[in-house]
Amino acid sequence: MDILANLALGFGVALSPFTLFLAICGCFLGTIIGALPGLGPSNGVAILIPITFTLGLDATSALVLMTSVYYGAMYGGRISSILLNIPGDEPALMTTLDGYPMAKQGRAGDALVLSGVASFVGALLATIGLMLLAPTLARVAFLFGPAEYFALYLLAFCTLGGMASNNQAKSALAACIGLGIAMIGVDSSSGLPRLTGGNLHLYDGVDFLVAIVGLFAIAEVFFFIESHGKGSSIGVKLEKVTIPWKDIMATKWTMLRSSAVGFVAGILPGAGASLGSFLAYMTEKSLAGEKGGFGTGVPKGIAAPEAGNNAAAGGALVPMLTLGVPGSGTTAVLLALLMTLNITPGPTLFTERPEVVWGLIASLLIANVVLLLMNVPMVKIFVRILSVPAWVLLPGVTMISFVGIFSLSGSYFDLLLMVGFGLMGYFLRKMDVPTVPIILGILLGGNMEDALRRAMVLSDGDVMYLFSTPIATGLWIAAIAGFIAPMFLRNLLRKPQRVTD
Amino acid sequence: MTPRFFKALTMSAVLAVSGGAVSAAECIAPANPGGGWDFTCRQIGKIMFDIGAVDKPVQVTNMPGAGGGLAYNSVVAERSDDPDLIIAASSATTTRLAQNAYAGRTADEVRFVGAIGADPGVIVVAADSPFQSLGDLVEAIKAEPGSVAFAGGSAVGGFDHLKPLMILKEGGFTDITSVKYIGVDGGADAITQTVGGFTQAMTGDMSEVVSFLSNGDIRVLAVLTEERVPGFEDIPTAKEQGYDVVAVNWRGLYVPKGISDERFDEWAGKLQQVADSDEWAKAMADNGLAPFTKVGGDFQSYVDGLVAEINTMSKELGVIQ
Repeated sequence: MDILANLALGFGVALSPFTLFLAICGCFLGTIIGALPGLGPSNGVAILIPITFTLGLDATSALVLMTSVYYGAMYGGRISSILLNIPGDEPALMTTLDGYPMAKQGRAGDALVLSGVASFVGALLATIGLMLLAPTLARVAFLFGPAEYFALYLLAFCTLGGMASNNQAKSALAACIGLGIAMIGVDSSSGLPRLTGGNLHLYDGVDFLVAIVGLFAIAEVFFFIESHGKGSSIGVKLEKVTIPWKDIMATKWTMLRSSAVGFVAGILPGAGASLGSFLAYMTEKSLAGEKGGFGTGVPKGIAAPEAGNNAAAGGALVPMLTLGVPGSGTTAVLLALLMTLNITPGPTLFTERPEVVWGLIASLLIANVVLLLMNVPMVKIFVRILSVPAWVLLPGVTMISFVGIFSLSGSYFDLLLMVGFGLMGYFLRKMDVPTVPIILGILLGGNMEDALRRAMVLSDGDVMYLFSTPIATGLWIAAIAGFIAPMFLRNLLRKPQRVTD
Repeated sequence: MTPRFFKALTMSAVLAVSGGAVSAAECIAPANPGGGWDFTCRQIGKIMFDIGAVDKPVQVTNMPGAGGGLAYNSVVAERSDDPDLIIAASSATTTRLAQNAYAGRTADEVRFVGAIGADPGVIVVAADSPFQSLGDLVEAIKAEPGSVAFAGGSAVGGFDHLKPLMILKEGGFTDITSVKYIGVDGGADAITQTVGGFTQAMTGDMSEVVSFLSNGDIRVLAVLTEERVPGFEDIPTAKEQGYDVVAVNWRGLYVPKGISDERFDEWAGKLQQVADSDEWAKAMADNGLAPFTKVGGDFQSYVDGLVAEINTMSKELGVIQ
């Protein structure tokens, strides 16, 4: 009954006309951002964060807007996957496998609607799971000391690093770059400045928002310049949109199973939506066997990854809110937003700021319904937006980035730093080094180091303290497994990609 | 492109300077909106205008960076004779000055006007802890220094770290480097670690522990004030337990060094007016602050003493050379 009362509180906060309006705007923007190739939920949220400050939104409103963008981008990612065979964002990669073949068979409308419904089911179930499980998981936090936190951060690095790239060494390199950047500034364990070169601007360290906007948005701009905005033409014609009831009914168990798989994957810190959609797709594929025809445009092949990645998006919010540890790249950005709003996610968030948490959960439910209504009948509008020429998109992204970062700190030093990060992101991506581990390194590196040093203080430098509790040991095993397993799964990973074309 | 960029930059710099030169008083909060310094500027500024101590509303400027160091540096280097400038300060300002964390700047490069409120320091243990009084805790550390670890919201060498050390020195324990301390992200986190049993005690501010008092997870062993804090009369002071330590996180102001003595006295008078007002009493009650008024020359000597004490202790700790 507590949950219902809390939910009522949440809806009380989230159902004001203004926040509802924000939710609709957020969903709309998010869907567009998700649909634009390359601009995923992480970029979308990162680019829009400064706007929440410019508008002077309070914490709840800012969260409603950003989570709507987040969920919207998760929905929108499928559109370009299906129509262009270009994933709108990273997690939508798996949707291209069956979505594009189905669209080529002339059933683009069916594929879009089916994936919209699957997204709704996945996201809805995940929000319910978040509601039921998050308060329970919040109590677990008293069991987490420095040793456990260190192992947890390690797990995040290992699992994310293992998934985000085809090359373990490059992920590890990227994570180390991030860790190095995180060390800039006054060391909180000794109070001494490190790697600042005596520059007072660097005493507070590198703001992760500067790094995020630089690495994602500005680097994206460089790529657009290089490619002259190629790839924004639509390859598949979209005819009449009807609701394919037969396919929806036929995939209902797939959606439920995939939601569960995705949610669990999302809860694991660092695994995130890409892992969710991958696992959901692989599970359904192996259940269907050879005769399932996965990869040729079957409805199940569309429903599974979409339900999976949207459920993972919800699941990723659980560790972010209760432990302050983001479960995905986008929640890492959301965590940055929360911290900038002076809200420290963690075990006490649920008791100290119930209006923020339950307002957020209520707004997720609202965003879901809005997105379903928006995505099924209005799918044609979003398709048209995909043909926006790069010369319109490019200056927009640049402008929003510069104004946004300057409004945060009012310091031109940060703008230079942001451009620097943009260049770094460009060259790293050229070398196929993933940038997500860098962000994770900057965001969590300081915490990870602090946890290690606190553990060393408490144990008088005894390394075995790090493995002293069952939780810590368990996390260590999971971390090592998460880092090594993808090396052996690589063949499995490559197979579905080969079937595509 | 580049020349134009610098033109725009120069332009905005000119605008910013001329904006600051109007006769209305300006209060610099050396942090982002929302924190303690920002609160000091906005509340004091608003009350000064409301009670008629200044003619025009006080303009608040946020200048975050380097834990207050950017603002301190800017005041000393660029505006050291601006009579209309006040800057928010707290214990953190003096701690960092004492530890030379402002890139070589020293405490005598500005003038401290006064403090008009304080967040009392507290020492807290988990509800199931064997320590019933401050004496129990100090004796346990004397018997075996490594047996008690403290968690606090500031970095090593920060004010939260120094509080238990001051008590231990008062209790006759001098080997302060052997006392374990971990700096975590704020008071709530420090309490979580203590309730979870990873550390044995928490050191922080009263306002940080108030929300945990109601659910019965913690016990406050001592509050570090002269008298018991109004509203929390059942919490004993360290002083009445035999440890004469007063450590509060005061909130106050400093002004540039180069202003006239008359102007300094004017600011001190205005601050005293704020301290005496009902509006300030209410603002303190709403934000968990206890009365703590030291204004003018009195306060300058308090700050000098504090800086010297923290400097000595930081050297013993090895935080500074």
